[in-house]
Amino acid sequence: MADPMRIRANLAGDETTVRVLMAHVMETGQRKNPAGETIPAHYITDVEATHNGKAVLQAAWSTAVSQNPFLSFKFKGAAKGDKVVVKWTDNKGESRTDETTIA
Amino acid sequence: MRNQLLAGVAAATLLGTVSGMAHAQQDATAAGIQQYREMLQDGNPAELFEAKGEDLWKKARGPKNASLEKCDLGKGPGVLKGAFVELPRYFKDTGRVQDLESRLLTCMETLQGFNAAEVAKTPFNRGEMANLTALATYVATQSKGMRFNLPNNTPQEKAMYEVGKRLFFMRGGTHDFSCASCHGEEGKRIRLQDLPDLTKNPGDGVGFAAWPAYRVSNAQMWGMQLRLNDCYRQQRFPEPKFGSDVTIALGQYMGVNAKGAESIVPAIKR
Repeated sequence: MADPMRIRANLAGDETTVRVLMAHVMETGQRKNPAGETIPAHYITDVEATHNGKAVLQAAWSTAVSQNPFLSFKFKGAAKGDKVVVKWTDNKGESRTDETTIA
Repeated sequence: MRNQLLAGVAAATLLGTVSGMAHAQQDATAAGIQQYREMLQDGNPAELFEAKGEDLWKKARGPKNASLEKCDLGKGPGVLKGAFVELPRYFKDTGRVQDLESRLLTCMETLQGFNAAEVAKTPFNRGEMANLTALATYVATQSKGMRFNLPNNTPQEKAMYEVGKRLFFMRGGTHDFSCASCHGEEGKRIRLQDLPDLTKNPGDGVGFAAWPAYRVSNAQMWGMQLRLNDCYRQQRFPEPKFGSDVTIALGQYMGVNAKGAESIVPAIKR
């Protein structure tokens, strides 16, 4: 599994703000290494965040997103102590899932 | 005559207002940049390096298959809180004044059995050197918000301070630069980058109190060793060896000057 994500989720009123910092090289496939060879593309293609098994965010990413992406989003209908699970999948088929508890 | 005088006063007032407005605009711009930097701190990728560093600190590694949890960074084996803001300092076991990164390297060698010379030769952000940077980020973060308070009370530390001061003002290289060329005066900048005056305490979270930091422009985590290395590269000096006395002396000079400044490490930079 790839390096872990840092996820924080805070409830304010009826809105939960989730902040995720993902560790990913997000290589576009356009860069060349010092030897002149093209570095192959390696980037997150899909992100899904779920709360109590229900998807609250789905994202389709491309090479436009830079290295170590930071994602922040809000959703309603959660309570303190609930779990939020975030999963990313990349173009090589690798994936990483992490979760946090809403504070 | 009186009309000329009135016209002169009016012109001076107008100029005063215009320059006042320009100054207010500059303050507003500076405030805007400050706000932008605070927003960047929210998702600082340095946290990823800190997490990796924590992992490496606790993991049994190296030929001796040991963790770094007994490493003495100046406040006793394994004591992390407050260690960063008291470095560089003198260490009896090595007989040297050491900064954070060279001390971590010492621990990696004595506790874990790594070959310090080999690690020191590894380019930054590769192999064990990348691990060292992550460890430095983790250790420094344990002192986040604390104020610099280097002991600077042994003869060795005091000597290093004086050496650092001499080096700071020493001009050389192809461009006859010294550290003081950029960092020796108040209120200087290069293009849009403010340059802190490092001959004294430049304020909270600035200069010595802002490294290790994550550099957005090249997505790299930089410790003070790499920061100094790059300073020398920019001055077209030969690049110093990792953990050399030159780098530690400069760290001692800047660290003592920064006494009382709040550490914001891990910071985020352009």
